[in-house]
Amino acid sequence: MARIDLVDLAHSYNGDRAPTESFALKPVTMTWRQGGAYALLGPSGCGKTTLLNLISGIVTPSRGKILFDGRDVTPLSTQKRNIAQVFQFPVIYDTMTVGQNLAFPLKNRGVPKGEIDKRVAEIAKLLDLTADINRKATRLTADAKQKISLGRGLVRSDVAAVLFDEPLTVIDPELKWQLRSKLKALHRELDLTMIYVTHDQTEALTFADTVVVMHDGRVVQSGTPAELFEKPEHTFVGYFIGSPGMNIVPAQVSGREARIDGHRIALNRSYSGLNGGKIEIGVRPEPVDVAAPAPDLLSAKIERIDDLGRLRFARVRVGEVKLAARVPPGFSRQGDIAGLRFDPAHVHVYADSLLVEGTA
Amino acid sequence: MDKTVNQKAWFLVLPVFAVVAFSAILPLMTVVNYSVQDTFGNNQFFWNGVGWFKELLDPTSDLGGRFFASLWRNLFFSTVILLIEVPLGILIALSMPREGWQVAACLVILALPLLIPWNVVGTIWQIFGRGDIGLLGYALNSIGVNYNYVANDIDAWVTVIVMDVWHWTSLVALLCYAGLKSIPDAYYQAAQIDGASRWAVFTAIQLPKMHRVLLIAVLLRFMDSFMIYTEPFVVTGGGPGNSTTFVSIELVKIALGQFDLGKAAALSLVYNLIILIVCWVFYTVMTNAGAARPRKQGTA
Repeated sequence: MARIDLVDLAHSYNGDRAPTESFALKPVTMTWRQGGAYALLGPSGCGKTTLLNLISGIVTPSRGKILFDGRDVTPLSTQKRNIAQVFQFPVIYDTMTVGQNLAFPLKNRGVPKGEIDKRVAEIAKLLDLTADINRKATRLTADAKQKISLGRGLVRSDVAAVLFDEPLTVIDPELKWQLRSKLKALHRELDLTMIYVTHDQTEALTFADTVVVMHDGRVVQSGTPAELFEKPEHTFVGYFIGSPGMNIVPAQVSGREARIDGHRIALNRSYSGLNGGKIEIGVRPEPVDVAAPAPDLLSAKIERIDDLGRLRFARVRVGEVKLAARVPPGFSRQGDIAGLRFDPAHVHVYADSLLVEGTA
Repeated sequence: MDKTVNQKAWFLVLPVFAVVAFSAILPLMTVVNYSVQDTFGNNQFFWNGVGWFKELLDPTSDLGGRFFASLWRNLFFSTVILLIEVPLGILIALSMPREGWQVAACLVILALPLLIPWNVVGTIWQIFGRGDIGLLGYALNSIGVNYNYVANDIDAWVTVIVMDVWHWTSLVALLCYAGLKSIPDAYYQAAQIDGASRWAVFTAIQLPKMHRVLLIAVLLRFMDSFMIYTEPFVVTGGGPGNSTTFVSIELVKIALGQFDLGKAAALSLVYNLIILIVCWVFYTVMTNAGAARPRKQGTA
């Protein structure tokens, strides 16, 4: 069990002389709390698996340091780091039974037999594998195999952190949910640091108490699911999290108002000095209502209305920019033109993709 | 389900059947025919029933004695080359690079012996081992090792075995390499995390994953070595004496040397039967091994 600190950690698969812009993981400094449940979220190729492999020691970083409880583990091999890792595809030892699979890491470390048996029985019980303990591991289903992979990590009493690399990829949808709740329960029970890599925002948001969003080799935001949803620090986070994602619209911002196509939108805070760079406003579809066209509303062209059952979203266009907006109950569509009403409390301003905090 | 019965389709099989009959069934039946008859030449044949088979399977008779001697010799040869080539092939596959230009270089070097025809391999080793002009024979003799594969049984055996190992270990190595390449990296990473030693990685991951290709390698190498003819024939001619006379060499001696067609036919049928049985055993083992593992999940 450990707190994990990353200090200026960066990695390039082309050697550390490559330009920093081409790094698979750009320099990052952050702390993972002991006992936290973290999710590393991002699209394919954003560097999340690289970061995970750096922590587990499968990949040695080009730059920077990794500390476990303040101890520098950067040069240490995977074995010495006491990390457990669950891979995308279940890794089990074909010729062994479930029990032998679970005992394997302990046997390799020369733990006495009595202790191994006790520990294996304990972990099998924890993972609901007791009934299968003498069966060949190859005969089990994919989700049971993933539990074995996890169990092999958990049998070691000194494990510092458990890393998951998209562990639910090959699991059937209805079992995914079960296995995820099992992971959550284990996390509460064992007080282990868990890091979960995924590109699925539902998985990330339900599993983790802190979600770390990555984009193009950079950590763009790290926060609770609510923070990510309500106050994205980067336009990418806004667009990546939520379905549909955040509306990002180029605008001119001065003082307490933003202008889109000459139309004014009130803001809750005051902004000044936003002249250079790319200025955009970001607003989630939920606080934008579609209404009948009116002079004080931003007029938009409705392209289609998606009915999600509980909610309806209109896909609209303002000039060349596409937006999504909530369709309030009782709204009836008359023609293609509608007005958009923004809730000023939820409109954020971004300069060069980064959130700008205004003054009250 | 109701299927329309239409026997006319059989006519479509007819051309293939004719070709197979002409190339396989008729020659085989001729052999069966020979095996139950005796001849004194002039194309006159006499019915001999199972006489040749009785004689063949009776180790006290001349024919039976020769047959069993060559059979045990051949089985011993197959066992020895399997015991050498399989571990050696695995070892080579394990020490081959996994990526880079070295892979291509290794593959080409390994494939070279496989591309050389049998009689050329035989000739190469026949000359290589000669004491007067052969590099190996000359070198061994000049450092004081009395090596002469023409006169000494053990030297002849060693030469034939080393020749087969040189010619065919590559096949085992290439098959094993293919098996090793198909193991996803995650297995090695997991083993590393589990603190597995090099030996544990081999026994817990690599060997089980190579299990299928190894069965194929053993089958191919057994069959090939059990039917070996050209190479020992070119190098030793079955000698000195009969010490490297394998079943196929014995068969050719009886059939074409002595022109005992009946005895040779009986021998070749029994030979064929042994090969069929071995094939069947391997096939059963392989399909059972396949059925025992659910093939549902892929290993990316």
